[in-house]
Amino acid sequence: MNIKLLTSKRTLLILLAFMGLVYAGCSSDKSKSSESKVSDDLITGMDKELADKISTAKKIFYSLPSPLETAILIKNAGATYDADLLNPVANTSKYNTNLEMALNLGIFSTNLSYASLFEQTQATLDYINAAKKMADGLSILDAIDEPTIKRLEENINNKDIIVDIISETLLNSNSFLEDRGLQATAAVILVGGWVEGLHIATSLVPANADIKTDKLVERIIDQKMTLDIVMSLLEDNADDIDVQAVMKDVQELKSIYDKIKITHSEIEAVEDPNTNITVLKSESSVKITPEIFKELSLKVKEIRTRYIS
Amino acid sequence: MKHIIYLSILLAVFALAPYKVAAQCKQFAKNTCKVGLAPYQHDGNYHAAILLEGEEAELYKTFYSNTDYRIGVCGANNLGNIEFILVDGTGKVLYNNKLHSYDWKWDFRLDASQQLKIVIKIPVSGNQPENPMEGCVAIMFGFKDK
Repeated sequence: MNIKLLTSKRTLLILLAFMGLVYAGCSSDKSKSSESKVSDDLITGMDKELADKISTAKKIFYSLPSPLETAILIKNAGATYDADLLNPVANTSKYNTNLEMALNLGIFSTNLSYASLFEQTQATLDYINAAKKMADGLSILDAIDEPTIKRLEENINNKDIIVDIISETLLNSNSFLEDRGLQATAAVILVGGWVEGLHIATSLVPANADIKTDKLVERIIDQKMTLDIVMSLLEDNADDIDVQAVMKDVQELKSIYDKIKITHSEIEAVEDPNTNITVLKSESSVKITPEIFKELSLKVKEIRTRYIS
Repeated sequence: MKHIIYLSILLAVFALAPYKVAAQCKQFAKNTCKVGLAPYQHDGNYHAAILLEGEEAELYKTFYSNTDYRIGVCGANNLGNIEFILVDGTGKVLYNNKLHSYDWKWDFRLDASQQLKIVIKIPVSGNQPENPMEGCVAIMFGFKDK
């Protein structure tokens, strides 16, 4: 009798576990509708105004340039390759805290993207291994696994495949963090990569450059607009101690960027019927002095030096 | 003791369920949306979420001058035609895919760098309001390396 009872209980438990698997494997419909029902129960009796606010809440994404986009923007602005500007891979052993590893995952990812776009094969291999060490330290599982590195080695002379592999590792890493609610870590990684892009770009601007016409300077100034998004992203995760540490640096950059004035004319969308590409036509004017640019470059250098130390 | 083991297994299965759903969303973004960006290079960013019919989402991003972009907004089939609108800082609508047969992608470039907003609207299917449809929606960007 006891055996029978035990067996039936076991069967019931196995059945329930099986149902759980089916639940997890189904389209996301059921999981969310279950959540919705719980939410409805919770809302019952709740202040109507609050309930309305919840029902109208929007999902908001703040999109920063990825390390790959940053590297492409720098390259397309006419930058050259300078290995001395990158964070030496030997520094990986220095980073032990979550903050250090997250910032330097972003930094190494930008170095990796920059090296790969300039077809620096050995540097590409070195930096994917450096990025892997940081990702492993942060327990970002499978973002950069051994098969990925092997695939990269096998295609090291094919830039298109290399760039695609980098794009995929970034996607894996970002989705891993997003899916686990680790948006604060993701934000710190992105800030690390973004600051590294600023460091490379500001370092490559020649001392005698005309800041009104230099393409790299134009890209650096454009970051004033991205800075607003960086701030919003960090404010969304402001209860995280690592985000708080990074936010202080970003605010210092903002105080300098606030001295740069950008104005835009109205945008007109014009579609080219032959290519199906729409051009958003507008003009912008920028007010910046060489002193402000120098101040910005020095602040970037100071922050970045601290991040890699 | 066995009951504890079975219960632990059961709890683990339920605890892992949301990750399974999230993983499906990632696979959807990768296999459906990212692939469709070609010949543009995906930037590596991941913006995806499970959305309900009638819900809206917004994305803020700076787009840079003289760069060729492709935006792709992909949704699970059960969500119907997803509308996406590009809006500038003044609120002016620059593009609405509703006027282009709900095309899921759009190619563009800018004369001057701009911060733009992308508004995503999930249509209402007419189902019972207490049982709304939901599915994965991904917003992805591609660009060209000149």
